[in-house]
This record gives sequence, C-alpha cells and structure tokens, in this order.
Amino acid sequence: MKIWKGGARVRNKKSEWAYRLMTLPGLLLLVLFCYVPMGGIIMAFENYVPSRGILGSEWVGLENFRYLFSMPDVSQVIGNTVIIAVSKMVLGIAVPVAFAILLNEVCSVGFRRVVQTIVYLPNFISWVILGTIFQQMFSANGLVNTFVQSLGFEAIPFLSSGPIFRALVILTDCWKGFGFGTIVYLAAILSISPDLYEAATIDGANRFQRILHVTLPGMLSTIVLMGTLSLGNVLNAGFDQIFNMYNIMVYDYADIIDTYVYRIGLISMQYSLSTAVNLFKSVVSCGLTATAYIMASKFANYRIF
Amino acid sequence: MGKRRYSVVDIIIYAVLTLGTVLCLLPVLNMVAISLSETSAAATGTVYLWPKKFTLASYQKLLSEANFFSSFMVSVKRVLATLLVAMPITITMAYALSKEKKYYRERNVVMWLAVITMMFNGGLIPTYITIKNYGMINNFWVLVIPGALNVWNMIIMMNYFRSIPHELEEAAMIDGAGAWRVLVRVFLPISLPTLATITLFTVVNSWNDFFTGLVYITKTAQYPLQTYIRSLTVKIDFTSMNPAQLIERMKVSSITFNAAKIVVSMIPVMIVYPFLQRYFVSGLVMGSVKG
Repeated sequence: MKIWKGGARVRNKKSEWAYRLMTLPGLLLLVLFCYVPMGGIIMAFENYVPSRGILGSEWVGLENFRYLFSMPDVSQVIGNTVIIAVSKMVLGIAVPVAFAILLNEVCSVGFRRVVQTIVYLPNFISWVILGTIFQQMFSANGLVNTFVQSLGFEAIPFLSSGPIFRALVILTDCWKGFGFGTIVYLAAILSISPDLYEAATIDGANRFQRILHVTLPGMLSTIVLMGTLSLGNVLNAGFDQIFNMYNIMVYDYADIIDTYVYRIGLISMQYSLSTAVNLFKSVVSCGLTATAYIMASKFANYRIF
Repeated sequence: MGKRRYSVVDIIIYAVLTLGTVLCLLPVLNMVAISLSETSAAATGTVYLWPKKFTLASYQKLLSEANFFSSFMVSVKRVLATLLVAMPITITMAYALSKEKKYYRERNVVMWLAVITMMFNGGLIPTYITIKNYGMINNFWVLVIPGALNVWNMIIMMNYFRSIPHELEEAAMIDGAGAWRVLVRVFLPISLPTLATITLFTVVNSWNDFFTGLVYITKTAQYPLQTYIRSLTVKIDFTSMNPAQLIERMKVSSITFNAAKIVVSMIPVMIVYPFLQRYFVSGLVMGSVKG
C-alpha cells in the first residue's frame, strides 16, 4: 500500500501534465473559433463599417437594440420563433413517448429492432435534402396534392399559406426527430423492473392500466429530464430546416431569429443589427439553458458535466 | 408477459407502428422512384413508390456532371479529414476532462470554457470576420477545423469514460502505464459503442453540413455536396418572381435529375448507418442519458 501511494504521487504530477497536453488542442480550437469571435460582439454596440474595423467604428451604445425593438419585423420574428420552437418541443416529447410505449407493447424483438432502426434513419438525412424533398412533395402539383385532388378535394397551399406552412414545419421536424426520442424513452421503459408489471398483473391491472400506472411513472423522470433540457431551445426553432424550406410567401409565419439574422447580416449587410439580434438571442438562450440545467440537477439529480 | 394470442389491440398497435415506420421511409422511397422515372411522368406528380416509365437516364446524365462529382469528392475528403482531426482531439479532451479535479486542477475551468460555447456564440458576422482574418475563406480546411471539436460529442465520450471503474485505471498505473497508455490500451478498447456513436455523429454532421460551405466558400467548384445541392434548388430568385412564377419554376426544374443527385448524396450515410447502428442504442444511452 505504501509503495502504491508514493508511486501514485509521482505518477499524478506526470499524468496531470499529460491531461493538460490532452486538453490543449481542443482548448485551442475553442479559443480560436469560439472565443475570438465573441470579441466581435462589440459591433452590436457600434455602427460597424467594415472599412473602419471593429475598433475604428462609431460607438452607438444601445441604439441598435432600441432600433430593433421598435421594428415590427422583430417582434413578429421572435413570436414565430417561440411558437415554432415550443410546438416542436411539445410534439418532440409526446410523439416519441407514445411511440416508445407502443413499441414496448410489442413482443417480437426483431420487429422492435427493425422499427427502431428505420424511425431513427431520417435523423441522418440533411435538411438540404429533406427540404428539397418536401418542397417537391408538398408543391402545388406534387405527390401530396395530386393525391388530395384525386380524392376530390382542392389542392392545399402547403408552401404558400403561412399557417399551413408553419404546421408543415412543425410536423416534418417531428417526423425527422422522433426516432431519437423513441430510443431514449424505450431504454427508460426497459429499465423498469419486470416485477412491477407482474405485481400489477396479479392485482388485476389490464394492459391499459399497466401502461398508466407502471410504464408512465417509470419513464417520468426521463420525460422530465428531456423536457427540462429542451427548455434552452425556446429560441432555437431550427435554422437548417426553415432556411431550406421557406420562401418569401411565408415569411410572416415562418421567419425565425436565425434566418432573420442571416438575411439582414449576409444579404442586406446590416452587420451591427444582425449581431445585436444574435446577441439578444444568445443571452436569452444562455439564461434559459442555465435555468434548465439547474432544474435538471435539482429535480432529476442529473449532472451533465 | 406470458404467451398469449394476438388481440385486436395488438393488431392496432402493430398497424400504428408499421404506419409510423413506413411514413419514415416514404419520402426517401418516393425520391428513389422519381429518380428512376422519366421526367415527363415525374412532372405530373403521379410517381409514388414505384418508378413510372423506368429509365436510368438521370443517373447516366449524372455521370457526366463534373460539378456534382467535384462536390462529392470535396465532401468525401472533408469527412475523412474531419475524422482524422476531430476524433483524436475529442477523445483526448474527453479523457482528460473525465478526471476529477484533484487529479487535474484546471479541469473545471476548461469544462466551463467548453460548455459556455454550447450556449453562447459570437454570431454569424463576428465569426465570419474572424475566419476571414485567419485567411480561411475558400480554403478547404475551413470545412474541417472550425467545427472539429463538437462539445456535445466530447461530453458523451467523457460521460462514458467516467462510468469506467477506477480500479481498471489504478491497476494499469500500478503496472507502470502513463496516462496516454491507459487511454489507448485500457479505455479505448472498452469504449467501442460510444466511439462508434460519436464516429457516426461526426461523419453525419460533416457530411450533412451545408452552411459552412455556403458562407465561407464562394467558388462553386469547391462546394461540399450539400451546399451544391442547395444551390440547385435555390437558384430561384424569390424576390423578383410572383408566386405563380415560383411554382412554375419549381415544376420545370429537372425533377428527376435532382432526385438522382439527392439519392446518390444519401448513399454514404445509408452505408455507414447500419454498420454503426448496432452499437448505437447502448452507446447513446450510456453516454448521454444515464450520465
């Protein structure tokens, strides 16, 4: 024992340096590509002109923010973002939970595995590709509308009517993402002790009652955890998806903070304004995420890092 | 659950699950069917899951499309380069950060520095200016280096390393192994499921990313594949067309040809996915949820 302790102390010094060395490349990347750009946030408080640079541009204080919140666009964009993001969060929990419960009711392990594999697949297809596919499927004479018309109904303006497009965005996002949730929730269900089910059966519980009183309570902590962790995404409505699916006809209903930042930043070249919008988003998200993690560690004893 | 006969409820459950599963495959199968159909048939929107007037013309045409192949190769190179750069960085960082503070004093500081970047960023314009100052515009490595450390993947890996019993490490250290040797010889061989998981995430993320290419690459020939595909469909100028014209444009753009490009661009992910998928459930759940 004594030898080990002595040995360990020598080792520790050496291995501590090894750990530092191991962190170095990652840390370097973080500094170069995350922290250095953060310095540029100053331009949110300036009237940034590229030729003058960040240090030489005129300081305007909170003027950009004042201007932002007086623009009708911005409140609409924030509203869209929250509505889309929250709908996605709710569906993103409800659908996988239901799907996992149903999947657990199936006895055949092979069937279960095949279903799990296939429903997780859309997660791996990019929004560029899905955007193209959906734009085609839901266009005026695409697959879906041809089908709708063959049933004798009017074609549905999926891509040009704001409210319908917004619903389409929320549903397709759920479609793409529910496989991941299903895997997580199914794992939670499988960790419930079989004894509980047996006891419930002996007490005369039928299938529905077993789901209600054993399965659901058993997965509740996971549901709460996933729900809490998704809180930080209230202002993240999914740039990739909307950027690849929307068009000018549906801006009123589907333009979100990130797409707005992109357009006023890189297309209209209002650099300061774009950075100000993003800063607002970052600060709010940061607060929400911090709250979410504190809640998660308090209620679910969850420690992520 | 004992053996029992299939009830009506069972049948309904199977039906719902099957429907959900089929729904996930439908758009992809539809794309495959369109890519194998004749343009005239596809433009009417009546190709469902089976090609109409079967033809390989789109794929033949694709063979002579130089831009598609140069972009395809850019993406392949990018994925390989990202794996080579990102995996060692992510793994070593995860290993070091899996140590408690008493073994690695700056551990919590570094951890916070990493976590903050998940919540807070400089934003599009400041990042663009930074990358430009580094001279990385139109440089292949802009597709690899800035995104090489994915903090989320690092945390998944770290959480897995943490769940490995300390005794294993102690035993190896008593035998005289240093930190590097412990990582390579002891930790990595028993971390295969999680390694497979983050490998898959890394491959898929770098294959699917279109935004880096869109913002930092201005030469079409250097576009990665996803950026190239996006440029095909969004050459429509939204501001100068009325809705009717727009819809017309969407119709006439070569539907079958684009479908073929999309199908080919999905192939690599479809090849990797089943191989790594079996590790997946365990790797993901252990790393991210159980913590």
